[in-house]
Amino acid sequence: MRELDVSRITEAVADLSIRTNIYLPDDVKKALQESLEREESPLGKEILQVILDNHDISEREKMPICQDTGVAIVFLEVGQDVHFTGGALEDAVNEGVRQGYKEGHLRKSMVADPVIKRKNTTDNTPAVIYTRIVPGDKVKIVFAPKGGGAENMSEVRMMTAADGIDGVKDFVVDRVSRSGGNPCPPIVVGVGLGGSFERCAMLAKEALMRPIGEPNPDPDYNEVEKDILRRINNLGIGPQGLGGRTTALAVHIKMVPCHIASMPVAVNVQCHVSRHGETII
Amino acid sequence: MKTVELTTPLDEKQISNLESGDKVFLSGEIYTARDAAHKKLVALIEEGKDLPFDLQGAIIYYVGPAPSKPGQVMNSAGPTTSYRMDVFTPLLLKHGLKGTIGKGPRSKEVRDAMVKHGGIYFAAVGGAAAGIASTVKEAEVIAYDELGPEAIRRLVVERMPLFVVNDTRGNDLFEAGVAEYRREE
Repeated sequence: MRELDVSRITEAVADLSIRTNIYLPDDVKKALQESLEREESPLGKEILQVILDNHDISEREKMPICQDTGVAIVFLEVGQDVHFTGGALEDAVNEGVRQGYKEGHLRKSMVADPVIKRKNTTDNTPAVIYTRIVPGDKVKIVFAPKGGGAENMSEVRMMTAADGIDGVKDFVVDRVSRSGGNPCPPIVVGVGLGGSFERCAMLAKEALMRPIGEPNPDPDYNEVEKDILRRINNLGIGPQGLGGRTTALAVHIKMVPCHIASMPVAVNVQCHVSRHGETII
Repeated sequence: MKTVELTTPLDEKQISNLESGDKVFLSGEIYTARDAAHKKLVALIEEGKDLPFDLQGAIIYYVGPAPSKPGQVMNSAGPTTSYRMDVFTPLLLKHGLKGTIGKGPRSKEVRDAMVKHGGIYFAAVGGAAAGIASTVKEAEVIAYDELGPEAIRRLVVERMPLFVVNDTRGNDLFEAGVAEYRREE
């Protein structure tokens, strides 16, 4: 048994809040740089260059890359030999978000009541927290601020076995096609397959955490990813939707088993500011 | 396609000279408003009340900026997605609004209203928020401070980089751009 004061969680979450909103992962930067070299549209090239220049400014000035510093998505992997002391785990995560968003001058984008009152909570809490219990005595925190514009273009569909892999491909391509310039392309597309209604949506989000350039561990689905990516980039949507050959940087699929009657499919759309970072305590 | 230096307020001739695809450096006074502020503005118009700023010839930037650091005029401030304002925009154009700045395409109703009333829709580069902030020289909240990032702000910008998406003749850069680079499977 390892005793761990929850203040450690608060500190780590606060740090990740600020860091992930200023520094983009290297794989995303590299993918954007490569897309600039490939892009055929002069306007598309210009937009990609503006996006790349903006990374330099945000790092130099310690300003958030995007003003939409997102809903705080927090994946916790808690070793089953950890005993938390000093307070409730979820309170500690939310305190980290509160501190990080205040100290980092990050935008507070959460409303308490989603429909009627829509009053801002003023500290960007609550975070969306997913906790898994795993072997060991470590705690892994993955922090992913998720902007609203791209999240709004996401969708879950309960498909059938008869729809098959072609049905999945058509759905994903159609979802991106209908999104056009709204989600701030070039995008990253997370696809969740299987599980249940809510599980496939979570898988789609988890799929976004995979580094761009790292192949799908399943060779069949790796080919599916390449095929969907090619079709998406043939849509012509391009950077910011103003036309071009770079609509998506990557398509990432994550799948789990499912019921014989079902074939749940989720598409989670991520803007080009594909922010995520992790810490292990 | 041309590059144009524009300073607000825009006159009819400047507006009608703009063409879809033009690159614009915009200077002068503009106002910020997004979802919650639009709901309030439209309610004021429907009740026949005065707005917090003069809509005649105005330009609205769809943005909810990050809070400024001490001594900083403007923190990161890129555009938000415009379609959420589509339901409100035709009425604002009817009442004198001349320009909107955001990201993503507009509805047919908004595009038609821009042709009818002589309005322009500009795209700023979404996600390039730190760079855009450096073009903001003055910023003050003029209404709805309680809305936080959604408050209405008066900004003075200097050479804010934009692209003309919809001009007064009904052209649309999204449609034209996508048609050019689309490849049939």
